[in-house]
Amino acid sequence: MRFGLIMSEVGQGLRRNFSMVVSVVLVTFISLTFVGAAILLQMQINEMKGYWYDRAQVAVYLCTDTALAAHCNMTEATEEQKANVAAILDSPELAPLINAYEFENHEEAYEKYVDFADTSEGDYITPEMLPETYWVNMVDPSQSDVLIETLSGTPGVDEVADQRKYLDPIFDALNAASYTAIGIAALMLVAAVLLIATTIRLSAFSRRRELGIMRLVGASNRFIQTPFVLEGVIAAVIGAVLAGGATVAVVHFFVQGYLAELMASTSFVGLTEALIVVPVLLAVGILLAALSANVAISRYLKV
Amino acid sequence: MIRFDQVTKLYAGTTRPALNSVDLEILRGEFVFLVGASGSGKSSFLRLILKEENPTKGEIHVLGQNVGRLSSRKVPYFRRNLGVVFQDFRLLPQKSVFDNVAFTLQVIGKSKGFIQEAVPDVLKMVGLAGKASRFPHELSGGEQQRVAIARAIVNRPALLLADEPTGNLDPATSAGIMTLLERISQSGTTVIMATHDAGIVDQMKRRVIELVAGQIVRDERQGGYLTQAIPVQQGFGTGAEL
Repeated sequence: MRFGLIMSEVGQGLRRNFSMVVSVVLVTFISLTFVGAAILLQMQINEMKGYWYDRAQVAVYLCTDTALAAHCNMTEATEEQKANVAAILDSPELAPLINAYEFENHEEAYEKYVDFADTSEGDYITPEMLPETYWVNMVDPSQSDVLIETLSGTPGVDEVADQRKYLDPIFDALNAASYTAIGIAALMLVAAVLLIATTIRLSAFSRRRELGIMRLVGASNRFIQTPFVLEGVIAAVIGAVLAGGATVAVVHFFVQGYLAELMASTSFVGLTEALIVVPVLLAVGILLAALSANVAISRYLKV
Repeated sequence: MIRFDQVTKLYAGTTRPALNSVDLEILRGEFVFLVGASGSGKSSFLRLILKEENPTKGEIHVLGQNVGRLSSRKVPYFRRNLGVVFQDFRLLPQKSVFDNVAFTLQVIGKSKGFIQEAVPDVLKMVGLAGKASRFPHELSGGEQQRVAIARAIVNRPALLLADEPTGNLDPATSAGIMTLLERISQSGTTVIMATHDAGIVDQMKRRVIELVAGQIVRDERQGGYLTQAIPVQQGFGTGAEL
């Protein structure tokens, strides 16, 4: 009986404020879509980081006759120096940090180079010009600094380079994009919250006679409040469902259908991630709507 | 039933209290007229009983409850024991007579069965038996007030507050309303009625409490409406109207 009564009050409120309800739906839809986009971007960044950082190695370049670094003295690293570097990598201080390392001689470096580069330039490059290299896989890629500090300046070592630093600009750009999305989402959410509050006040104002009589005859606050809170929540849920649909559609059609085919070597977020985002959007929408409607209606409950 | 202990009500921003050290006791089943000029504190008196306002000083006991100490969560349940009638009826225009009365019971969670039984009963009692499906705008003023009274008493409250219930009605219709209120009083309900209508007060010969500038200047059984001059009040528009 009471449930039916509350629902009929909710239906009445939604009908009476139809245009406001539509605007609440649209604003929550757009703001939550931005929230979803920001979450997905972060997931994408994490996924790419995981993928690339696992593959990123630390390169210990050894001196060659043509190396420019002062401490190389334009002389090739000697066999003792190479053995010394290997010994340092095997030392008890560094060994626990290192997953595996391998040595790459001039010939192997040249083959790799020829594979990768334009062959016309390859004519000028001789295998001796390319440094011999220890490729090191770290257990934890973020600890590469230890390796760099230990080995830099060791006789026969030209340079120690962490490949991760080449990836950082890409991640910086992606991070900036996701922070922008979060910023826009936050602003839109503020707008959504205020709009919900205004809508609920309007709804309460148009029903102030009923509210006055309800308070007079002793309807409990919860009973008076519930239809309004539900009104806000229903509008927000519709917006959140639309936002969830938009997020899933973007992932399905744009990311998987277009980007993934364009850049087949990169792994992208898929529907699994998108489906994790949907309940988050619903929860955010419901929570914000319930809170702002509650605050908005509390003024009418003062006894 | 109702006891006021040194009750003072001072609205924010005013210096003259709407009620000033009022001491009073009203017993179960009494019919009390509250008379006095506009702004004399009648409405404040009723609002305090309803706990729409809190007293600035003093204590108010209504139906065995200390109203000042009632938590706001309990106020709705307290009000279920009170019925209120206003000069302007305050009916819901888009609801029929039956629904207006049923609304009260619905919002306090009464069962459908109870409503189906109680509403026709009370409509019959107020003399609107055949008009349950009419809408407020199809009724005369007197009939609308009967609907309002039906709504106020359908939950069988121990106390009925009426703020100038005949203020908008002609004398003949008013007499009908008074007969109805008297009947309600006879069934054991305490009735407190604020009014300006001298004729009614004189005729009914009930307890009369007269307020002037927030103070009780007269409290007599079987009194009449003695006030001859309407005293000019300072502080016009103190917000004391209900």
